[in-house]
Amino acid sequence: MVTQQAAVLSPEALIEEFEKNGVTHVVTIPDSETNYLYELMKDQPWLDIVPTSREGETFGIALGLLVAGKTPVVLIQNTGMMESGDSIRGMVLDAGFPLVMVVGYRGWNRHGVITDSAATYTEPFLNAFRINYYLVEQDADSTRISTAFEEARATKRPVAILVGDEYHGFNR
Amino acid sequence: MIHAEDVFRVFEEHRGDAIVIPTGTSGRRYREFSTNENRDLNLGGAMGQTTSAALGLALGLPDEKVVLFDSEGSLLMNMGILATIAGKKPENFCHILLDNECYATTGGQPVPNAQDINYAGMAKESGYASAYSFDDLEEFATNVEQIMQAAGPVFVAIKVVPQVENEPIGMRVRPPTRSRAETIRDLQTELGISAD
Repeated sequence: MVTQQAAVLSPEALIEEFEKNGVTHVVTIPDSETNYLYELMKDQPWLDIVPTSREGETFGIALGLLVAGKTPVVLIQNTGMMESGDSIRGMVLDAGFPLVMVVGYRGWNRHGVITDSAATYTEPFLNAFRINYYLVEQDADSTRISTAFEEARATKRPVAILVGDEYHGFNR
Repeated sequence: MIHAEDVFRVFEEHRGDAIVIPTGTSGRRYREFSTNENRDLNLGGAMGQTTSAALGLALGLPDEKVVLFDSEGSLLMNMGILATIAGKKPENFCHILLDNECYATTGGQPVPNAQDINYAGMAKESGYASAYSFDDLEEFATNVEQIMQAAGPVFVAIKVVPQVENEPIGMRVRPPTRSRAETIRDLQTELGISAD
C-alpha cells in the first residue's frame, strides 16, 4: 500500500520559531504554497506582515527595519530570490546585518530527478553569494530555523532556510 | 525647473527632527544644506532599493518623520514600491522625488518617456494619502510646511535641473560624503538603538 509522507512542516512550527527568535516583521510575497501560513501570520498580534510587489524590495525593506532595531525575516520563493540578486548584494551582504531569509524551494524533491530549473539553480545561487543555508522539510527540522537565527546574529550575515515541502506546502 | 540646492534650502527650514534620506545625483549635495547630520541617512547600495529601505525605516520607527529624497531613475527601476508603500500606509513617510528627467550620472541620457510621465499621478492612484507636483520654487515654498504636517504617505514630485556628469568616474570630484555604515551608526546612536 502506498502512503503519503506523514511528517510535514506545519505553519504553526514556523510561527513558533519566529516568535521564539523575536521576529517583528515578515516581509513577503505570498507564493502558491504559503496561503495558510499567510493567514496564520495575520492572526499573530506580535507580528507585522509587509506585503511587497517584487522580491527585490524585500531586502531593502528588511534593511530599513534592521536599522530601526527591528527583527525582520524575508519570506519568498526561490524564483524571487534569484530575481533579487543585486538587492541581496547591496542591501544585505554589504550592510552587515543579520537576516534570515525563508525561501520556498520550488521544484525540489527528495528523489533527485529535478525538472524545474528553479530548483536546479537555487543552491548554486546561494553558494555564489556565499550564503549558508539549511533545508527544512518537516516539524522535526524546525530547530534548524533557530540555528539559522543564531548563525545570522553571530556572523551579521544572511542565512537561508530552504523550505523543501512543496507537496504539502503551507496550504490547508 | 528648480535647482535641487534651492529645494534643500527651503525644505531645511521646515525639516524639524525629520530623518532625511537623500539619494540620486541631485541628493549628493544635500549634506551642504543639512541642519541635523545625525539624522541624515544614506541607505543606497542597490539599484532602485533606497525607496524600499526608506519604507522599512518608516515602518520600524513609526514615531519619527522619515523623508526620502528619491530620484526618478531609481524609482523607475522599482515602480511597484509605490503600491507597497501605499498598502502599508506609513503616516510618517514623506516621499519627495527630484525629477531631472535623465540619468545625470551617466551623461544625461533621458529616462524613458522623461517629459510625459506623471509620477505624482501614479503615486496618488497607487493609494498615497496625497500627492503634489512642483516646477516652481515659490509654489513649493508655499506648500512645504503643509506637506510636512500632512499624514502620509505623501508624495511630492519636483522638476529639478540636471547636474550632468560626463567625466570618467575616476576623474570626478565628489563632495565629501559619509559612508552608509557611518550614517547608520550615527542615527542609531542618536535614537538609542542598539547595534547588536
